[in-house]
Amino acid sequence: MISIKYFGAVAEATKRPSENLELKSSSLEDVLKELHLKYNLKNIPVKLALNQEIINSTEGVQVKKNDELAVLPPFAGG
Amino acid sequence: MMNWRFYRHLQEVNMERYSKQTNLKEIGLTGQQKLKDAKVLVVGAGGLGCAVLPYLASGGIGTIGVIDGDKVEESNLPRQVLYSEEAVGNYKVKEAAARIHQSNSAVKIAVFDEFLTAKNALEIIADYDLIVDATDALPVRYLINDACVLKEKPFVYASVYKFEGQVSVFNYKGGPTYRCLFDDENQNVQNCEEAGVLGTTVGLIGMLQANEVMKIILGAGEVLSGKLLIYDMLNNSQHNFRFKKNENIKIDAEFFQRKHLSRFQQETGFREAVSEAKILLDVREAHEQPQLDLPNLVQLPLSKLAENAHRLNKDDEIRIFCQSGIRSLKALEILKNKGFSNLKSIKGGVNAFYKEIKNEEKEERVY
Repeated sequence: MISIKYFGAVAEATKRPSENLELKSSSLEDVLKELHLKYNLKNIPVKLALNQEIINSTEGVQVKKNDELAVLPPFAGG
Repeated sequence: MMNWRFYRHLQEVNMERYSKQTNLKEIGLTGQQKLKDAKVLVVGAGGLGCAVLPYLASGGIGTIGVIDGDKVEESNLPRQVLYSEEAVGNYKVKEAAARIHQSNSAVKIAVFDEFLTAKNALEIIADYDLIVDATDALPVRYLINDACVLKEKPFVYASVYKFEGQVSVFNYKGGPTYRCLFDDENQNVQNCEEAGVLGTTVGLIGMLQANEVMKIILGAGEVLSGKLLIYDMLNNSQHNFRFKKNENIKIDAEFFQRKHLSRFQQETGFREAVSEAKILLDVREAHEQPQLDLPNLVQLPLSKLAENAHRLNKDDEIRIFCQSGIRSLKALEILKNKGFSNLKSIKGGVNAFYKEIKNEEKEERVY
């Protein structure tokens, strides 16, 4: 199980600020695919943070039990 | 030459005035002098700017520049708390300058009643030590970012989405920049007017931003460099994320030219476009509203533009628009690659056009 936090427009699309996800695969790319499928996030540009560290590429990144993922979109208001 | 007694008097006045903050060991008289010597440019006099500006001025920042081409609208008043009802229709920067001058007449205020553009950014930014990004649109954020990198200035960023806010400090002592965080600039993200916002949210986030400005100048505490702070007002939760400098991103003069100056030359306003162009090309999808009733209008959605380009005449002057001015730039590239040359993209798209019309109607009502 990993925990996922959603922010901004992403949290609106998922209709929740956070959730726990049972890991079917340890590949972060697979987790992301699952989220895209579940919530249709394709139109929102996002950055991911794994355990509070923002990552530039999901390629080859592994997730493990109790990891904390955050899905961060850019904000534009002010 | 300054009279010694008068100088002492000035010092005493200032000491008394700022005594509550100079009593802090992180500030002291040297810190107060640093604030006085500092030159800070605030880009944007909207919700964030209205929160940042009075604290910079009252705290004793010696020189403050403020740039914004917008005028006060009634719908700004709930969150842009520097402005009075009488100020509606006036330039925000002039109103803001008058208000902060009232609270601290010693502050030197430079007012720019225009928008920061690829043309003026480098020159304006060069005169300041530190830039505050209090804007509400992504393209200008990338412009600030790249100009700050070229001029080696740190900039304090904040932005709001509904009840959430992001704060960070970019290009601080060669640290990561906004492009290290979000590298894709061709995104369409809602601003406050589109998404909705509550004044207290933007006020609190602006306050965090002003606080970082003070810390940087004073050298106090830990600056939010390489960190993104996200604050959620609805549950008072605060999240910190770390990020690193992306060494693959090189921002130099050539990059600035390509990303900003060439785009600046590719863009035009709606009004100019309607009067000068032979063809107005709407690249929005068929379902998008409002539909415009204009002469010489051609509708070719971006998704099908490449295959339909043959329907346009290469000799025509073509002015391209979409909803917000991002897709029209993509359309311009597509047509350019197909051999079209007389092209311009309408800045801000239909949204900017409607805002302009709305403002004009208001002005007619006032006068």
